[in-house]
Amino acid sequence: MSVIEVNELTKYYGKARGIEDVSFEVEEGEIFGFIGPNGAGKSTTIRLFLSLIYPSSGSATIFGKDAIEYGPELRQDIGYLPSEVFYYERMKVIDLLKYSASFYEKDCTPRLYELAEIMELDLKRRIDDLSYGNKKKVGIVQGLLHQPRLLLLDEPTSGLDPLMQRKFFQLIRDENERGATIFFSSHILGEVQRMCSRVAIIKEGSVIEIQDINTLQSENYKKIRVAAEKIDAGQFELDGVSNIQTSNGAVRFFFKGDINQILRKISENELTDVTIEEPTLEEIFMHYYE
Amino acid sequence: MNKNIYKLEFNMNLQSVITWSAALAVLLFIFVSLFSSIATDAELLNEMMSEFPEELLLAFGMDNMDFSSILGFFSFSFLFAQVCLAIQAAYYGFSLVSIEERELTADFLLAKPVGRTQILTSKILAALSGLLITNVVVWISSFVVIQLFKGDRTYDTGALILLLLSIFVFQLFFLSVGLVISLLVKRVRNVTPYAMALAFGMYVLSVFGDMLGESIFENITPFKHFDPGYIIEHASYNLPLVSISLVVIVLSLVGSYLLYNRRNIPAPV
Repeated sequence: MSVIEVNELTKYYGKARGIEDVSFEVEEGEIFGFIGPNGAGKSTTIRLFLSLIYPSSGSATIFGKDAIEYGPELRQDIGYLPSEVFYYERMKVIDLLKYSASFYEKDCTPRLYELAEIMELDLKRRIDDLSYGNKKKVGIVQGLLHQPRLLLLDEPTSGLDPLMQRKFFQLIRDENERGATIFFSSHILGEVQRMCSRVAIIKEGSVIEIQDINTLQSENYKKIRVAAEKIDAGQFELDGVSNIQTSNGAVRFFFKGDINQILRKISENELTDVTIEEPTLEEIFMHYYE
Repeated sequence: MNKNIYKLEFNMNLQSVITWSAALAVLLFIFVSLFSSIATDAELLNEMMSEFPEELLLAFGMDNMDFSSILGFFSFSFLFAQVCLAIQAAYYGFSLVSIEERELTADFLLAKPVGRTQILTSKILAALSGLLITNVVVWISSFVVIQLFKGDRTYDTGALILLLLSIFVFQLFFLSVGLVISLLVKRVRNVTPYAMALAFGMYVLSVFGDMLGESIFENITPFKHFDPGYIIEHASYNLPLVSISLVVIVLSLVGSYLLYNRRNIPAPV
């Protein structure tokens, strides 16, 4: 079953573009990455799911129900972690979290304390006394305390130190194993690569690619580095080769095409070393944004 | 209505409610305490006032004031209380929804499983509860200060009760108009200038209406709809004018619900 179904979703702010004709599906139980630079439309898409804003055209359904029409009912099962967290500054952390818990039908209190302990959150402090990173932790706890079936994460790791990031990713994985579907928006490729099974790449308001992470990497460029005593970079200027660089007697390039052809070319040389690697998502990504 | 939102809103507002209520009690006390000294020279004062230019008297609502009657004097003091009551209600109206967007808590609240109509109803009811407290304080302090300073004069309790009853609708006008304006504009960056502009704007309209003898202004401003002088003098409301206030309130509230339910919440940037 698809947890999220997006059909030609479009949002304009006046004349300014938010997103245009975005369509994709997120399956139950997957960790779906949503990646793109700032301003590409990631937050707009998530805010449309939550009916914080209303679409100009198109629609989104969550758990098979229209996101706008059934908004309040659907949000019982949605956890949301916004990129910027700001809460009622004069409240104590515990009061805010209890307020947050009060909206849900189930009793969230045990989970609340459990999460606060995992995230090492001081519950007695006032929100306005917290550092940005600690506010972010409050955000994580309030987003997870009702054990949602769908988690919408909008750039969740900014402001968290590496140790906390690791704990956070572990939390997300646990939630996922419990059965929660995760929609993970980010501009940091490394974390998407680590977490997600599929990704959609969004650029200037449009989704330009939706792929399995493994396919995205394997069906793409190979990163090749050959080293030799004497090597002429010019010989590699073939179809499918790009980005040739020479340094310290080694030639590096990207290759896409028949792997045998390039191997034959390489074997014409007397080599000291060769490496053929999968490109990082970063490198693939740069390609989409060239 | 959502009980939790109501409770939170009410508590967050409580300090402001207490401050306003206390300020109004003090204001009424100070004004009315002047009565006993003024009343003894009322003859002289009334004579002196008649020498003042008509426009000046009109500007302060002192045109047909009788300084020798306690309610006459009270209705004069009450005008200043009305200005405060207007600012308070307008402030609550303008900040009701806009505060969430300014302090960027809207994303938190609206992502919860609760509809916008419910949110707005809870917020309005919380604000009204706050205003109700202010009402009670003004009622009590009015009766107390009048008892304290009236001397051996008598007064028409019915007229006073009518005047005090008018406060709630008067404030509801500013609350609902403030609310609907805050939803018509894209973003309210600072509530104070809006609230001041609405409250003083309406007051100035009422004063100009008097000075220019133009009745058109009467139709717009609640300071005229609920003119304390009129209510005390006639011991009744000017019903056609009061009904204008009521219509504006209903339209503003209906408009607010429609606008809020369709509103695109600005992203925190």
